[in-house]
This record gives sequence, C-alpha cells and structure tokens, in this order.
Amino acid sequence: MSGGATMSGLDFTAAGAALKSSGRNLANFVGGLAILLAFWWLGAYLLASNPQTASFSTFGPIPTFQAFPELWANGKIQSAVMTSGYRLGLGLLIAIAIGIPVGILVGRSKRFRELSNSPFQFLRMISPLSWTPVALFVFATWNQSIIFLIAVASVWPVIYATSAGLAKVDPAWFKVARNLGATPWQMLTKIIMPAITFDVLTGIRLALGVAWVVIIPAEFLGVTTGLGYTIQDARETLSYNNLTAMVLTIGIMGYILDSLCVFLIKRYSWQRGAG
Amino acid sequence: MSIRGVNIHIDQLKHRYSAKSPLTFDGVSLQSPPGEVLAIIGRSGCGKSTLLHILAGLLQASGGTVRLDEEVVQKPSPHWVMMFQAPHLYPWMKVAQNVGTGLRFAGWKEARIRERVEEAIRLVDLEAHADNNVQDLSGGQQQRVALARSLVMEPELLLLDEPFSALDAFTRSALQRDVRSIAKRLGFNVVIVTHDIDEAVIMADRAVIMAGSPGRIMTELEVDLPDPRERHDPAVQAMRTRLMDAFQDAAQGKSGPKGNEAAQEAIAANEPQAAGQHG
Repeated sequence: MSGGATMSGLDFTAAGAALKSSGRNLANFVGGLAILLAFWWLGAYLLASNPQTASFSTFGPIPTFQAFPELWANGKIQSAVMTSGYRLGLGLLIAIAIGIPVGILVGRSKRFRELSNSPFQFLRMISPLSWTPVALFVFATWNQSIIFLIAVASVWPVIYATSAGLAKVDPAWFKVARNLGATPWQMLTKIIMPAITFDVLTGIRLALGVAWVVIIPAEFLGVTTGLGYTIQDARETLSYNNLTAMVLTIGIMGYILDSLCVFLIKRYSWQRGAG
Repeated sequence: MSIRGVNIHIDQLKHRYSAKSPLTFDGVSLQSPPGEVLAIIGRSGCGKSTLLHILAGLLQASGGTVRLDEEVVQKPSPHWVMMFQAPHLYPWMKVAQNVGTGLRFAGWKEARIRERVEEAIRLVDLEAHADNNVQDLSGGQQQRVALARSLVMEPELLLLDEPFSALDAFTRSALQRDVRSIAKRLGFNVVIVTHDIDEAVIMADRAVIMAGSPGRIMTELEVDLPDPRERHDPAVQAMRTRLMDAFQDAAQGKSGPKGNEAAQEAIAANEPQAAGQHG
C-alpha cells in the first residue's frame, strides 16, 4: 500500500515537474514573440510618426496581419510556399545524397581526408550565390539553377557533420561488428549509419538553415514564382504590408522546418540529451 | 544451444606491428584441448592482448599459424568470438537487439533470432532486462549483455581480453564464476588474457605465463581445482601462491621459455573423440 502510495506520489511529482516545464516553455515562447512584436510595432510607429517615412508605415504589424487573408485567398502564400518548398526540398535532398557518402569517406579514409581537405575548404568558402553565373551557364532553366545553388550551399554542413560524427564513433564498435561477421554493407547500414544519426541530422538542420538563407536571394533573380520573387514583386508594387507578410511567412516556415529537424533529432538519436 | 569445443594449435607465432617496430612476441607455441579454459597471464606490454587479437582473426600474425581443429584462423568468424575489456554495446539498440546482432548479420529469420536470443539472455540472467535500453544497465549487466551477444553465436572458442577489469569486485567475481560455469556446461573453449592472478585461479583449467620483450611463454601451470572455486578456500589460496611465485620467477627470468607438453598430451588424448564429434 505504502509502496503504491509512494509510486503514485512520485508519478504526481514527475507529472507536476513536466507540466511546470511545459508551462515555462510556453511562457518563454509567447513572451519572446511578444517582445519581438513590441519592437516591430515601435519601429512602425516611429516610421509613421516621421512625415518623411510615413509612407512606409504599412510595414507595421497591423497592416501586415490585415494583408494575410487576401494573400491567402488569392493563393499567393500557398503557391510561393509550395514552389520554394519544392526547390528547397530538392536542393537539400541532393546535398544530403552527396554529403552523407562523401562525409563517410572523409571520416573513414585518411587518404581521402588529406587529399580533399584543401579543395573542400577552398570550395566551401566561396559564397553560394557567386555560383549563379556558372549555374545559368550549365543549367537550362532558372529553376534548376536555384536548386543547384541550394545544393552547393547546403552540402558542406552535411559533409562535415557526417565526418565529425564518424570521428567520434567508438572504433571498438567496428571491431565487434567484424568479430560478429558483419559484411561491409552491414557495417555501413547497421553500425555506421545509426551511430552517426545524431550528427547527420544536426548537419541537415544546419544545411536547412543555410538553404533557407540562400533560396530567398536566389529567387530574386529570373524566376516569377517562390517566396523570394513574391517579396521582390511586393517591393516593386510598393505593397509593403504584403512584403512584410511574406517575410513573416518565411520566418514561420523556417521555424516550422527547424522544429521538425529538432523533433527528428530527438526521435532518432540514441545520444542522451540530444536536441 | 549446441556448442562444442576445439583443439587450438598455435605454432611458432610471432608478431610485430610494422617492419620497423620490434617484435611484440616471438616463438609462441601453444595447444589447448576442447573445452579447456586457458588463462594467459602477463604484465602489460608482453603481447598477450595482441596474441588474443590474432586468435580472433582481428590481426594478422607476422609469422607462424593458428589453427582451430583443422581451420587456419586468418579473419574474424562467429565461431571464435572475442569479448573486450569494455562491453562496447550498441547504444541505439535494446538489450535483445544487441544480443541478436551477430545472428542478424548472418541473415537469420527474426523468429529464430528471437528464440536464440531469449535462450542466451536466460543464460546470463538478464531476462528482466531484455527490452531495456543498454544505457540504463549497470557496468556488470552491460558486460553480461556482451557475453550473451558472444554466446548467441554458439562459438567454439570465446576469447576474453581482460573483460572484467573495469567492474567492481563483487560483479567481477560473479561474472568470473558464471563464465566458467557456462563454458563448462556448454563445452566451448575459453582463452582469457589477464594480469589478475585471482581471475586465472578462479576461471582457468590451465594458466600460461608470458613475459619478456619480445613476449614469450615462460611457464605454465595446471589449475587443478574442483568447482565451485571460492577465494577463501585454502586450495585456491595455495594455487594463487604457486601462480604468483611462477609469475615472479618468469618476470625475473628464472624460468625460461617453455613448450606445453601437458596440453599436447591432453590434445592427443582428446583427438579421436573430437574427430568423432566433428565428423
């Protein structure tokens, strides 16, 4: 009886602590956004109170929130999000498909690591957007060029996170696996990949951040779709409330994608305290 | 589980890590009959761990051969499995998944794996923890999982590289007794490398002492004690003293490199029976 009472007491304490932690997280989330909103409102108020900048007052929160229903009703938000999401997804997928094997090669082969170090560091430091003329030269459409730019920008975090993850792997895991009769393919799929999941997902999270930064300016050029283009279009038509609404959409989308990465890191990582 | 032992033949084995490095050990010849628990004792650096890695096929010898029955050891195999100082479990797998790793590598069907894994987990007394995350287990429990992971392969030879040295005294003692008892019950060979004389007395049927640089087998001693072996037993204490004396003599160079005639006789006596089992 007393044991049961103690257990339920413990459960109650644990549930209480979890509730308290969730409450604190929610308060931080709402409080942080409220501060941001206050600064935004203050900026708009200062713009509106100066006759020279009063025409920019639609940058403020209220005109921006008012612009959302119309942008949603005429499908601009959905269309821009879908198009940019497709480019981002494909570019990122290419970066992952190249980055993970190359990262494993860098992590596993000393010879490859030494040989690739200089060219990789050199290429990594080239601003992704400076590849634009080359991309236009090589690819037939702007769409393909943008996907290429995203892949070029986001491949490096995946490569380096994968190789760093591999460097931390306990070498005895390989020895044990060999001892138990693992083939090279089993070593890759059953030992290496699960062992480096946390680092690969962290690399993908970083890559997503880079890709998200690159896609907007890349869409300023040439294309007539996507979030970057919609912002550019709003600027040219002086629809500042639409512009800010699209910027807000970018922020919300980025936040959702990053949260998804954090969720995946927590879900698929074996490391305690991951994420 | 149907496990059998093997005749171990080590013939004039030597090893150096690179062409420029000195010999780690030289001229090591050793035989062990099926089902024997053999302890290799020596100070750090005498090459005993290297010898064990060669026995496991994880390292190639610079010269000489290792045969298990008629099979020359050149690469790792689930028939000769090694357990290391640390358990090196895969933390993304639960206990039962860790134990079944080797069977999965061998392409077994899940139903058969489950059956065999349950048996191995029962053997090491971890039934209550089969679905636990290995990171939630104590050091001793983790080493038991590593033992089950080795036993599930039904090895003919279990190689132990100071596997209990990181554990507390009580856990170490329990595991030493359990490994010996399981090995004797199932009949597989064990080669244990240790610098702990007590461990050799509690676990081994025979102890060989390696010393020198390059390392050589200096002497050997039959550990002819009944089971179960208790540390406070006067016979165990006496054997410990004998082994300690032999160890010190070897370290001081009072005993020269030796063959192991007793083991050869044991193998000769076992050979027809072993051949019958394998045939």
